Amino acid sequence: MATPILDKVEAESASSPYITVTLRIRRFNPEVSDEVQWQDFQISIDPKERVLDALHKIKWETDGTLTFRRSCAHGICGSDAMRINGKNRLACKTLIKDINPEKPITVEAIKGLTVLKDLVVDMDPFFQAYRDVMPFLITKGNEPTRERLQSAEDRERFDDTTKCILCAACTSSCPVFWNDGQYFGPAAIVNAHRFIFDSRDEGGEQRLEILNDRDGVWRCRTTFNCTDACPRGIEVTKAIQEVKRALITRRF
Amino acid sequence: MQIHKYDTVIVGAGGAGMRAAIESTKRSRTAVLTKLYPTRSHTGAAQGGMAAALANVEEDNWEWHTFDTVKGGDYLVDQDAAEILAKEAIDAVLDLEKMGLPFNRTPEGRIDQRRFGGHTRSHGEAPVRRSCYASDRTGHMILQTLYQNCVKEGVEFFNEFYVLDLLLQEVDGVKKSAGVVAYELATGEIHVFQAKSVIFASGGTGKFFKVTSNAHTLTGDGQAAAWRRGLPLEDMEFFQFHPTGIWRMGILLTEGARGEGGILRNKDGERFMEKYAPVMKDLASRDVVSRSIYTEIREGRGCGPEGDHVYLDLTHLPPEQLDAKLPDITEFARTYLGIEPYTDPIPIQPTAHYAMGGIPTNVEGEVLADNTTVVPGLYAAGEVACVSVHGANRLGTNSLLDINVFGRRSGIGAAEYATKNDFVELPENPAQMVEEQIERLRNSTGTERVATIRQELQECMDANVMVFRTEQTIKTAVDKIAELRKRYLDVSIQDKGKRFNTDLLEAVELGNLLDLAEVMATSALARKESRGGHYREDYPNRDDVNFMRHTMAYREVSADGTESIRLDYKPVVQTRYQPMERKY
Repeated sequence: MATPILDKVEAESASSPYITVTLRIRRFNPEVSDEVQWQDFQISIDPKERVLDALHKIKWETDGTLTFRRSCAHGICGSDAMRINGKNRLACKTLIKDINPEKPITVEAIKGLTVLKDLVVDMDPFFQAYRDVMPFLITKGNEPTRERLQSAEDRERFDDTTKCILCAACTSSCPVFWNDGQYFGPAAIVNAHRFIFDSRDEGGEQRLEILNDRDGVWRCRTTFNCTDACPRGIEVTKAIQEVKRALITRRF
Repeated sequence: MQIHKYDTVIVGAGGAGMRAAIESTKRSRTAVLTKLYPTRSHTGAAQGGMAAALANVEEDNWEWHTFDTVKGGDYLVDQDAAEILAKEAIDAVLDLEKMGLPFNRTPEGRIDQRRFGGHTRSHGEAPVRRSCYASDRTGHMILQTLYQNCVKEGVEFFNEFYVLDLLLQEVDGVKKSAGVVAYELATGEIHVFQAKSVIFASGGTGKFFKVTSNAHTLTGDGQAAAWRRGLPLEDMEFFQFHPTGIWRMGILLTEGARGEGGILRNKDGERFMEKYAPVMKDLASRDVVSRSIYTEIREGRGCGPEGDHVYLDLTHLPPEQLDAKLPDITEFARTYLGIEPYTDPIPIQPTAHYAMGGIPTNVEGEVLADNTTVVPGLYAAGEVACVSVHGANRLGTNSLLDINVFGRRSGIGAAEYATKNDFVELPENPAQMVEEQIERLRNSTGTERVATIRQELQECMDANVMVFRTEQTIKTAVDKIAELRKRYLDVSIQDKGKRFNTDLLEAVELGNLLDLAEVMATSALARKESRGGHYREDYPNRDDVNFMRHTMAYREVSADGTESIRLDYKPVVQTRYQPMERKY
């Protein structure tokens, strides 16, 4: 057991000096004003804490009106996607020390969806695009008594896209989506991919037709923003490319 | 104020709520009211698996599963309910597979299964592979699959609608469910939902502890709403502390890590569970493992400069196995601790995880107003409920099972009730209590802050009613909670607006946590024995003569408005198994 290495880590944490950081947050509350404004908050925090901890510190100790969504606080519920230093991330998966606390940390709502208040956006168009790709298993014929069989290889084929938590970090990082909210966006395509490449599914043709639409996969310009943004490490752009290829070859 | 009318209203959109919604939407006009977008629910945080005696990889049967559940719950389990759970487990898993859930597969293409704490073959002989799983994201896959099927069935959701009150009306001397009152977070508007049947599926209450695996939003909203309307809460003293939370943060690291061969070690590198559970070792039930960890820590064998944690050692497992079977939890260790689990052990400590107690129901999911009387039209399922299939300690993988089996049952039951019965008339001012509560909080000029009271509550609960309890620590908690409840009356918020007022939301949630913490501590004080998750150092043995019974707590309000808690008890249903000494 490599105890010495761990002890070193602990020695660091034992001395853990709190540091002072500035969070520069884009505020918007239409009940108060139609204007957007950037507001700076200085807080003292352990750099190993999360940006979410910093936001809580501000909300709980300084300004209760600061508004954001969050729930699980460890990267699996997808509530707290936001733009941190210009990049889409989950606030609960981003440690202060990893984003250069020397300079002010900018925090703003994700782009391309209407801001309702501070860091909260209207998620309904995002979920509508998801629903439009028929994100559920489609099968024909009689159901088997026991489970459907699926080889480990066939299961592996779509593993990557099952990890999606619908946080919208990918879709709201996509320049095409910023310019035209009609585009399905990466997350919806990822969830279509999850079923198109599932050996049990028989609805692939229908989904491909939906994505062959003018607002479908062909709008993708392969900028890889979505892959960079995904907090689950899904190869989003690759998944979109696989859907494009399936549309051309009709093999999936 | 808006008034809506639905046959069935479901409160909560985690696993239990959505499993219920899939059934009830097919049979009745259903609305699902949820504080969060459905896919944000904490079912998604469950990792290790869902138990069912499929016998896909080795011999197994539902009777062994029933026995393990009863023994795991330290014989406080209602055995008829446990039998239903174990029998229906098989179809519950197969149903999910048919809905599309991507389970891991055996070489033959069947659903793969792995070992989990307390699940054994032949009544305790050796561990059995019973947990059906999808990597270490089984809960995520269940939540996604259920949401996908809700989309398929056209389930009607009201997202970010926070239910604050349950409406009960007396009809011919019988208390019946009339609907619920909800607060719309986006607008601050109050909505009354009149419904023939109501299902509470709003999850747990773990946020009254500081070190917890629970989401910020798990504040016992359903339990508190029922409590304030005079319904009892059952077995609230029984709370599960999961052995392996990330040190100080409490983030869950699945028991599946030990199912895959992970080992707990103290500062000397010793595999200490061999001492406490010679047969099951690291896979003993959670209450046993959590107590063993704290015993090691108390006796000076904890790790780190402060000796306040132990290690979960995965370093002997091949990296390919960790990548394939435990990708998420190894990533948590890397992200939050900067530790590489291939080469370094992970510092862990027990973390508050699961409420065994809750709103009492029968096996159909119908809520009970006392030991036997059903509240017509009112149902509860999942962590908010107490059937009781978990007794004094839940087995790992039995909660994902519980939400599917009893979610389905209550969904069917509530919808059928709605087709056979009419609406109960709403009370005269149905939203009055909620309106007053909201206005009081919004207009308060008091000096107390929500965050301060919440922090004091969490610290008090961690210090006094966690893994080890005594009369003295529990009394300390009872007194402190009473003080905090008094101070809560003087709480004020900064955000006075209507739009997305999460400041207000947190204040309401704190009120719920305080009410439930008091019920928990009061119930714990009266149970002068040790059983499952409730361990009294001053009464270290199980006492079947005096305490083989469920606690039933009632809120009493005297004529002058003073509130108090009255404790009563309910017999345990025993069918096949006589209580035995519990060894692993």
